[in-house]
Amino acid sequence: MPTYRKWYYPYSSPFDPCPPLTRVPYETPVQLYLGFQPPGMKQFSPLQALSHGTLWPGLYTPYTDPYNPKKKEA
Amino acid sequence: MWYYEKKLQYPVRVSACNPRIAKYLMEQYGGADGELAAALRYLNQRYTIPDRVMGLLNDIGTEEFAHLEMIATMVYKLTKDATPDQLKEAGLGPHYVNHGKSLYFENAAGESFTVAHIQSKGDPIADLYEDIAAEEKARSTYQWIINVSDDPMLNDALGFLREREVVHSQRFREAVDLIKEEQGKKKVF
Ligand SMILES: [Fe+2]
Repeated sequence: MPTYRKWYYPYSSPFDPCPPLTRVPYETPVQLYLGFQPPGMKQFSPLQALSHGTLWPGLYTPYTDPYNPKKKEA
Repeated sequence: MWYYEKKLQYPVRVSACNPRIAKYLMEQYGGADGELAAALRYLNQRYTIPDRVMGLLNDIGTEEFAHLEMIATMVYKLTKDATPDQLKEAGLGPHYVNHGKSLYFENAAGESFTVAHIQSKGDPIADLYEDIAAEEKARSTYQWIINVSDDPMLNDALGFLREREVVHSQRFREAVDLIKEEQGKKKVF
């Protein structure tokens, strides 16, 4: 299973004006890895599908605010 | 032709009176990577794309209008009861002076929508790669709006819209696979 969020670590100078973030997140959602969708993938119930925005759990990659992890997942 | 269903694709609920978020949401209303740009781009490109994927552009282009309507609803809910002073505070003073409380196709910085934002190249690969990029850009716009919004109900609907961008990107990627396929070769999944 791939991970859908990665980080990079930019150089920070001791003379930078703001405290460094140290690690910077970026999203790598499922469509980068799935390839042509194979037939027969597991499905959500119709009601769940409507609220998730996709019929397939395998295509569901929700987002969370990486700077504010306590915020509810969107 | 189209049939109209008098309901939103996903319920839009807004919990906090925060017109500033309306200003941010306008990026998805009349911005270069917004829903209007997406709808117009796909519904225009569809005529000159191989017929195997024409229906996909038609379907996704149509859905983008449903997304545009959701964004419009959010912006309207967040601005309809705001006083001119509150709008001014939210950075929407110039918008109010020019457009009153009405919606307008402009981005978060107040720049009017222009069709020069979108391309139709007539080259199927060029067009589909633009479409994939458009979906990824819209996905990131939703992420950045979620990051600056504290409204859990609004973020729930934005999360839905972001997930649709993921699915659209997936489908455009599959469209590329379909049209680059070598004739008569066995399909391997
Ligand atoms: Fe989309």
